[in-house]
Amino acid sequence: MTAPTLWIVAPIAVAILLLFITNQRALSLLGGSFAIALALIAQFVPIEEAIRVGTFSLKIDSSLTVLGRVLLIPAEEGPLLALIYGAAALWFFGADASGTATRIVPFGLMITGLMVASIAVEPFLYAALFIETAILIAIPLLTSIYRPPGRGVVRFLIYQTLAMPFILLAGWLLAGVEASPGDLALAAQSTAMLGMGFAFLLAIFPLYNWVPMLMEETSPFIAGFLLWILPTITIIFGAGFLDRYSWLRDSPQIVIALRSAGLLMVVTGGLWAAFQSHLGRIMAYGSVAETGFSLLALSLDPKLGIPILFLLIPARALGLAVWSLSLTVIQQNVETMRFAATQGMLRITPVAGAGMVIAALSTSAFPLLAGFPARLALWESLARVSISGALWMGIGIIGLLTSVFRSLAVISMAEEYTTWEVRESPTQVFMLGVGVIGLFLLGLFPQTIQYFLSNLPAMFQHLGR
Amino acid sequence: MDPAFPRPLYLLLYTGSSLSMTVTFAWISVAVILLTSAGLLLARDWRWTMSLLAIQYVAMFVLALQHWPLGMASVKVVAGWMAAAILGMTRSGLSDENLAEENTWPRGRLFRICAALIVLMIVVGVTPSVDTIMADAGFAVTTGSLLLIGMGLLHLGITTHILRVTIGLMTVLSGFETIYSAVEGSVLVAALLAVITLGLALVGSYLLIASNSKGTEPA
Repeated sequence: MTAPTLWIVAPIAVAILLLFITNQRALSLLGGSFAIALALIAQFVPIEEAIRVGTFSLKIDSSLTVLGRVLLIPAEEGPLLALIYGAAALWFFGADASGTATRIVPFGLMITGLMVASIAVEPFLYAALFIETAILIAIPLLTSIYRPPGRGVVRFLIYQTLAMPFILLAGWLLAGVEASPGDLALAAQSTAMLGMGFAFLLAIFPLYNWVPMLMEETSPFIAGFLLWILPTITIIFGAGFLDRYSWLRDSPQIVIALRSAGLLMVVTGGLWAAFQSHLGRIMAYGSVAETGFSLLALSLDPKLGIPILFLLIPARALGLAVWSLSLTVIQQNVETMRFAATQGMLRITPVAGAGMVIAALSTSAFPLLAGFPARLALWESLARVSISGALWMGIGIIGLLTSVFRSLAVISMAEEYTTWEVRESPTQVFMLGVGVIGLFLLGLFPQTIQYFLSNLPAMFQHLGR
Repeated sequence: MDPAFPRPLYLLLYTGSSLSMTVTFAWISVAVILLTSAGLLLARDWRWTMSLLAIQYVAMFVLALQHWPLGMASVKVVAGWMAAAILGMTRSGLSDENLAEENTWPRGRLFRICAALIVLMIVVGVTPSVDTIMADAGFAVTTGSLLLIGMGLLHLGITTHILRVTIGLMTVLSGFETIYSAVEGSVLVAALLAVITLGLALVGSYLLIASNSKGTEPA
């Protein structure tokens, strides 16, 4: 048994089998349980260490050779896999409540497997090929064959596909820079290529116009899944570049570029969100700001920034899961998610309305919620190196908070004497309730998650050590 | 030697040496790529479009042969033809009225010819410097791949029609694959790029069928 077989090949194989199941609840339970099992194995079964089970001896090898190249999952990446599959399980268990299980469970499992492959492949720059394959699989996940696709889906496909050539060429150029470090022109060219590739992949300003479009056109739950997994793994992949190339890591220009891009994402995401009148678009800009926070963490001194980067991941996963599920429940009860159509929704979908507000507050760094500890640490660290940067981050957060209070005002703005007419199913109430409790628990007791996060920086050789 | 001057022509004009067969074929392929990529921009009938796409993949195969063995280079043309066949078969089964191209994009042939000429001029201008960066991939390979990338991007810039977007993306990727073949000889990469070409065609077909649907899901 090899680790890539267990966490890459097996999920894709199981996902193909799950395509033939049409029962929403069965799919949700099977997919969620399988993802949880993979997460538990990743957390508790050591890689490259023999363990004795009765008379049998079991050892998970770390590498698998495919066509002359290696898929490698070292022992240090176990907690990361646990985090990825644990968060994926959130979406799969919530799929039944959102009514999207037939699509998100099989395709989501395939995408998760491919994204893990993108972290595991050696040489690591081939990751772009696996990410592109995941993007192609995301298309049938986002659109139904029975409905014309929107412009957001087409732009998503174009922008994400254009990223691959840039990353692959940048990887090849970076090898050249490694061989001749004095060639400044080559270094500039490779950095520009790399920057363009990640700008497309992470939807960095101004290349994120597909994100709000997607949130308007497709199920928020499905879009939320992609807005979680794609940027999260891409950021880790990007951190891998910094870890591998010392000149890139030590370059002050890279730090400035990362900080500027991060602040641009946080500020534009926050301000654009404040002026939206569509609940889905507000979540889209919230996720844009989330990516900005991750870039800001990457721009800090790695000893501080990398632990903050990993602390942002669970909060982002849980926050987006609750937010997108809440919006899906609201969407099922209204024609559109524009403010005009969602007035007074709190009396029809109270738990979803509360879930949406609490998840949005968590993204906006509201105290006592999951997003707060990571953002507080990020803000404090940023203020130490750049007061103006911290100020701009504050402006972005104010924008996000404004959008939350506007949304809250709209959904609670029912006409006088309107009766309560709750239309949420028990499954939806249960899943949202668990999610909201989770957001509070992560905010009140952030040290509990440290058990999973403390060893994560060890997956890098230079960053965060 | 002037770096901007194609080596085969230099050899022919100044040294009197004969052009090698491979290099001649490579330059013929560049001419074919120029014709097919411009043709893809101008053609309105999908049958012409698919034929031009298939020919473009043959030209790309010849350019890939400059750096790759026959077996690996064949993967490109086989995957490309399969992709063209997938798109063509899907398009042939759909009615013309629902897939009429939008009126918003610049439709004039003169405009598209002018835009293609601008791309050609840019490609001619940047080829020497890109060729130097790409480990002297060869002028023919660099020119051909930059033409494909440029024309593909032009295609993507002037349309939102699903079939044309897919063809635009496939053109950009085939340009990238051509130039990348000069620096990367991995079997895994060749296989994954072929999978991506086929996947793109399948996704394009899926979106084509979806865009032809009436918008009602079966119960």
